[in-house]
Amino acid sequence: MKATIWAGRNKVEVTEVPDPSILNSRDAIVKITSTAICGSDLHLVDGYVPTMQKGDIMGHEFMGEVVEVGPGVSPAKLAVGDRVVVPFPIACGGCSACLAELWSCCENSNPNAGLAEKTFGHPVAGIFGYSHLTGGFAGGQAEYARVPFADVGPLKIESDLADEQVLFLSDILPTGYMGAEMCNIRPGDVVAVWGAGPVGQFAMDSARVLGAEKVIAIDKESYRLKMAEQAGHLTINFSDVDVRSQLLELTGGRGPDHCIDAVGMEATHGSTHINTYDRVKQATRSESERPHALRQAIMSCRSGGTVSVIGVYGGFLDKFPSGAWMNRSITLRTGQCHVHRYMRPLLERIERGELNPTRIITHQLPLEQAPHGYEIFKNKQDNCEKVVLKT
Amino acid sequence: MDQTESTDPLARGLGWASLALGIPPILSPAGFTRVLGIGNSARHRTVAVLVGARELGAATGLLTRPNSAWLWSRVAGDAMDLTMLGRALRHHDGRGIRRTAAAAAGVLALTAVDLYAAITRQRKESAMRLTGTTTISRQPEDVYDFWRHWENLPTFMAHLDEVRSEGTRSHWRASAPFGRSVEWDAEVTEDVPGERICWRSTEGADVDNHGAVRFTPAPGGRGTEVHVELEYSMPAGKLGEAVARYFGEDPHQQIDDDLRRLKQVIETGEVVRSDGAPGGKRARSEFPQHPAQPLTADELAKEVSA
Repeated sequence: MKATIWAGRNKVEVTEVPDPSILNSRDAIVKITSTAICGSDLHLVDGYVPTMQKGDIMGHEFMGEVVEVGPGVSPAKLAVGDRVVVPFPIACGGCSACLAELWSCCENSNPNAGLAEKTFGHPVAGIFGYSHLTGGFAGGQAEYARVPFADVGPLKIESDLADEQVLFLSDILPTGYMGAEMCNIRPGDVVAVWGAGPVGQFAMDSARVLGAEKVIAIDKESYRLKMAEQAGHLTINFSDVDVRSQLLELTGGRGPDHCIDAVGMEATHGSTHINTYDRVKQATRSESERPHALRQAIMSCRSGGTVSVIGVYGGFLDKFPSGAWMNRSITLRTGQCHVHRYMRPLLERIERGELNPTRIITHQLPLEQAPHGYEIFKNKQDNCEKVVLKT
Repeated sequence: MDQTESTDPLARGLGWASLALGIPPILSPAGFTRVLGIGNSARHRTVAVLVGARELGAATGLLTRPNSAWLWSRVAGDAMDLTMLGRALRHHDGRGIRRTAAAAAGVLALTAVDLYAAITRQRKESAMRLTGTTTISRQPEDVYDFWRHWENLPTFMAHLDEVRSEGTRSHWRASAPFGRSVEWDAEVTEDVPGERICWRSTEGADVDNHGAVRFTPAPGGRGTEVHVELEYSMPAGKLGEAVARYFGEDPHQQIDDDLRRLKQVIETGEVVRSDGAPGGKRARSEFPQHPAQPLTADELAKEVSA
């Protein structure tokens, strides 16, 4: 089959690889119809996530048709011919993390748990196409994928919704939604979202659905801010204005009630020298993150507010504003999305027309053109916001 | 090992003895040589001070960071003292010869104690003790039953190839570092259903070992805490462990991984495989792995037949 592989830093190729087969009894094989490139894939391509190996298949947002199931999957749960969206974290459904609905912290699904434990203190769940730290599972930017614990994760789509309407249930829609949900939004709240990429856009929409009165998008790409504006959100372009004073202006000096970091480890800063400082530290591996968005979110948030982190971090950061965080009673909440929790309720919201995930798609490409998709998404060319790959 | 020996009364006793023997020759070298009934030349006094310093060194070692190296250093010191006292006896001018003979007899007795302590403590150190723990979302009785069925152990323990129950005994076959294979019989020494199992290898095992596993209810109804303790007498002791570790066989990591797989097998039914780690429990050294892409038919056949 054809698959998108990591071929070294800044190098992605589409190449011929063997077809997947059942390795565990609760596996299924899915013939992929649609898949997408995620912002977190860029962290892998840019070489900031350790334990990538040449030949690793990329991709953790995918959907398709079940073509084979292992003997351990009950036909009532999943059968050949089912149309499914696959959640990016792999979860067993039986450990105490899964029972507590902390699906992305599944204690059993990562065969490289020992490795993850050394990096993160405790192991994390397996993730498709997301380095060997999260299990070394082949990803979904391919024609087929093996899906472990297929009786737990995949969501059957029984209505006639198009792929584009449900594909993002695999990651970015639930991730954005969880970012907003962790804020415990109350009527009248103002929510600021750092990053107007796909996850940021969905965090904004979710914040509004959950009752926020005002949602503010912060980015430097005017086309992305325009997209947020068209969806009815306010915007701040940090390459033109000072974020903190603009936020004070928009909130009567209080600061946003909740701040969502939808940027993560590769942020840029409006000030050249601050940006350079963290770039150098990251390039020399003396910190793994460039945490500008997180620092600014903590400094900007009103006292007693929430900073919700859904942008991806991988290791250790520098100059964490612990003083602001502690002295001003700020709640910091975070997590890789527990996708399984949100798929069905969000599918219902899509069916009811409360959320429109298709609004962020700017490019549809055949799988063969994945490298081009990575190129324009990474360099923000051609007003690229979200690339969907079709097989 | 340090901790067990810091409370080892014999090692500590020898430490205090070293201290008691080390102070007099340094405070009064001349008095010391007189008590021993040997010559009182400048050379004799210098040697007395050096012997005192050596004793104080051994005392510091045994009382602060005890290990068998200090005990062996005492044995070496004893040999040196016996040699010197022997020379003194042979070339004795007769004055105080009984005191010299008494000193030699004393050192000889002390040598026996030192040698005994060094040998027994040495053996203790070459045993490797491993502990590991995990929590499994099942009742203690269920986890106990799974473990008590010895045939199940190789499903999750990387090094065990086979365990056969033979009445009250069981026969174990395991792969050892560097491609060797070891076998032994084991007998259950304690068996409290739902709570704990202890076993030890019987006479004539390739590697003497014993183990214990306890099953206790985890707080908050979170299943069962499994606490495992294994002790092996390693063929080459610490050195063997260091060499094995160099070749990627860290025993402490292995017991953690074994318990992770125990949890997988009980909670999900089998050991979880990925394209990067397709070998299940055989995916022993975690790096470098197979790339995260499906295996070829040949690779797959090899995994299945292995």
